[in-house]
Amino acid sequence: MSVPSVFPQLEQLLPRISKPIQYVGGELGAVVKDWDSAAVRWALMYPDAYEVGLPNQGVQILYEVLNELPDVLAERTYAVWPDLERLMREHGVPQFTVDAHRPVGAFDLLGVSFATELGYTNLLTAIDLAGVPLLARDRTTDHPVVVAGGHAAFNPEPIADFVDAAVLGDGEEAVLEITGIVRAWKAEGSPGGRDELLLRLARTESVYVPRFYDVDYLPDGRIQRVVPNRADVPFRVHKRTTMNLDEWPYPKKPLVPLAETVHERYAVEIFRGCTRGCRFCQAGMITRPVRERSITTVGQMVKEGLEFSGFSEVGLLSLSSADHSEIGDICSGLAQQYEGTNVSLSLPSTRVDAFNVTLAQELSRNGRRTGLTFAPEGGSERIRKVINKMVSEEDLIRTVVTAYTNGWRQVKLYFMCGLPTETDDDVLQIARLAHEVIRAGRAATGSKDIRCTVSIGGFVPKPHTPFQWASMCTPEVIDGRLRKLKAEINSDRSLGRAIGFRYHDGEPSLIEGLLSRGDRRVGAVIRRVWEEGGRFDGWSEHFSYRRWVDAAAATLPEFGVDLDWYTTRERDETEVLPWDHLDSGLDKDWLWQDWQDATSGYEQDDCRWTPCFDCGVCPSMDTEIQIGPTGRKLLPLTPVASAG
Amino acid sequence: MRRAGVPIAFSQGFTPHPKISYASAAPTGVASEAEYLEIGLQATADPAAVRASLDAALSPGLDVLDAVEARPGTSLPDRIDASSWRIELPGVEPDTLAQAVAAFTAAGEVLVERLTKQGRRTFDTRGAVAAISVISESAAPSEVTGVPCAILDLVVRQVTPSVRPDDVLAGLRVVADLEPPVPPRATRLAQGTLTAQGAIVDPLEADRDGIPIGER
Ligand code: B12
Ligand code: SF4
Repeated sequence: MSVPSVFPQLEQLLPRISKPIQYVGGELGAVVKDWDSAAVRWALMYPDAYEVGLPNQGVQILYEVLNELPDVLAERTYAVWPDLERLMREHGVPQFTVDAHRPVGAFDLLGVSFATELGYTNLLTAIDLAGVPLLARDRTTDHPVVVAGGHAAFNPEPIADFVDAAVLGDGEEAVLEITGIVRAWKAEGSPGGRDELLLRLARTESVYVPRFYDVDYLPDGRIQRVVPNRADVPFRVHKRTTMNLDEWPYPKKPLVPLAETVHERYAVEIFRGCTRGCRFCQAGMITRPVRERSITTVGQMVKEGLEFSGFSEVGLLSLSSADHSEIGDICSGLAQQYEGTNVSLSLPSTRVDAFNVTLAQELSRNGRRTGLTFAPEGGSERIRKVINKMVSEEDLIRTVVTAYTNGWRQVKLYFMCGLPTETDDDVLQIARLAHEVIRAGRAATGSKDIRCTVSIGGFVPKPHTPFQWASMCTPEVIDGRLRKLKAEINSDRSLGRAIGFRYHDGEPSLIEGLLSRGDRRVGAVIRRVWEEGGRFDGWSEHFSYRRWVDAAAATLPEFGVDLDWYTTRERDETEVLPWDHLDSGLDKDWLWQDWQDATSGYEQDDCRWTPCFDCGVCPSMDTEIQIGPTGRKLLPLTPVASAG
Repeated sequence: MRRAGVPIAFSQGFTPHPKISYASAAPTGVASEAEYLEIGLQATADPAAVRASLDAALSPGLDVLDAVEARPGTSLPDRIDASSWRIELPGVEPDTLAQAVAAFTAAGEVLVERLTKQGRRTFDTRGAVAAISVISESAAPSEVTGVPCAILDLVVRQVTPSVRPDDVLAGLRVVADLEPPVPPRATRLAQGTLTAQGAIVDPLEADRDGIPIGER
């Protein structure tokens, strides 16, 4: 029972919309398989526009891992822009995949990757356009099983009504396991219907099926408990960790789009996890422990990925790339290998030290200089202790000056605003730092032609971090501090002219905060916003703060809570958090202790070079730190430049 | 180019660009069987080999049909002054189209309006059309079956602002209220120099010495 392509209908709509090329597929690396001979069929979605979603590593990896199985078919789908959505509704064209333009509703599974919570409304659009009931409980065996993954899935409670399942952590092995379960269940003739399938998934203890858990609330609105509503599912669901990254060298065949996208480069993760322990960073907390990919695998992936794709840019990704145990050799090895070619290498590392400048120097041997970003995150020494970002002012200035004397004319400094215990003064210190940087830079280079850009992001407390209990500042406080900071930067005309200032308003951060730490009741807000036209909330031109505030005011009072309750309220030690039954491996007592340490300015070291400090992850997940050095080198080289 | 291993040349300067230039590229939303581009190489290469490797490296649907070594003299854009198009209009009766075409041909000037990068502009479409006719055999290759499908054969000169197939369709709307029920599908069939006889000469002809590449 093959499904027809929707392309003939879609094609007629394409002349009437903007950037039609994003909907036609045809990328190098795309896979189109025969529908009928596939036993299990996945649609994978990145819930943002094609130009943002296509380069996404998570989706590309899972797409490749799944399509390598002969009896499995995986295709991709992205959020459609409102102009096409309107026409699709008018002409009855369903949500489609870009590979073979098959209707998403016909697949067995719809896997959605959430790097950010701001994609939730786009999830609803896609489900609805696919002809799938919005609420998971209204779906039948005819509908795909909607599975959420990615970092935001570590607290999927706000979308618990809309998804059938969620996977915490790395996806490579998880999708294979899920595929196996679906394959067996279908082969048996789908016994017990959808419920039985979800039950089998839940019993793995690493797939969370919200419908099997009930949430009870206290009269004051807090959660009393979250418990299974049947005896045969686990109390807690555990995250997945892919060990031995050398055995998973994906993506091997990166997708090369015909349309323009945000990143056109071959990205290789050089390690996963981070134990620097920045207290605001959810990614660092939930991806522990550190697992390195070896220098030789990285070299091999770069070589083969470039040959396959023809990209001329390589990104060496990770949460703190300069921390790889053999990063020096990786950078010099690759730089040497690609010298004289048009391949440019970049290391999106924001570590504040001179070593970082050396690496950047190495990578710019080809003449192309990528920007340098340093992330002290906090303006004052005091606040940097609170967030566990161990950088002294001296270090920072020395590092930036090194960059200037090595020929960089422009550096970017990244900070956060709205951090726990923050005062106006902590933020104003950013101006002092920036002034100092320019002054020292001018002195060292003897040139007035140096600049820095101060970029400010709003702090959003995230689940599974020591700041999960923290209160958020109101948008008024944030915007007020940013105004004062701007005035302070410009208080010295000469220095101020050399400093660029970029920031985000406080309003979107507050909504991100609602979605990050929300519980199932927040689902009503999301649904309301979506019904009122909310789409593409990650895009400032589409995001409407008013719409979110109004939706919260219309839906939350019935539960005795409100927007402030979720965002600006500090939680205490005994409060049951919406994600307590979802196990990231971190010990809650350890997190609480780290939160206490934060407010008393006590710093936590990195377990890669100091003894394990018992965060809980390794014993509970049965994992271990996997780092080099391996002692191997990228030499001897095959001279790439002369080939071809 | 990189995938095909074609040794493309780069411009000098701070941000080197690959030497590649497209001659009168087709607008978005139309099909084309005749696009031309010039590439600069670092060294002489066998055109047949360049063609084959580029063709193999491109996605399905993007086919490289021919390549020749450019000779000094006129550049590629100088040799392209007209395109021929086939436009399928599903849901339109051939007779209706023929009447519209007759009205268009009879008119001295057909003004249409389009949003260009310079803003809204009004320009003549009639002057640019060198030939326009309705193809008679209606058993045309259209995927929309069960409805009539008229086909327009069109030769348009290159002028400024450019007159595109949709501008000519807009012109037909102006002179005869022709409103296709679904978006028509335009395919560019050829580009080149328009002769006095109305034929279009392949722009690569001059470099090829009249010998097809496969036969060298
Ligand atoms: C590259 C990158 C970007 C690129 C993304 C390009 C793209 N389309 O992917 C750009 C610059 C656009 C970007 C933007 C943003 N980013 Co960003 N980005 C990264 C970065 C450096 C790498 C991400 C990556 O590729 N990881 C590797 C892949 C393989 O991991 P993954 O996607 O998580 O996938 C794995 C699992 O999660 C799982 N999985 C994923 N999806 C699914 C689905 C299913 C069904 C299953 C079962 C499993 C599964 O399987 C995968 C393989 O194991 C990370 C930092 C880092 N090193 O992780 C930050 C990071 C992800 N970004 C972050 C943020 C905050 C953002 C922005 C919101 C910033 C902003 N304020 O605008 C935007 C959001 C963009 C958007 N609208 O989606 C944060 C996320 C915060 C958090 N949760 O802790 C990170 C962690 C950086 C940080 N330390 O703060 N980002
Ligand atoms: S358990 Fe110990 S070694 Fe493992 S990540 Fe936590 S602190 Fe590091």
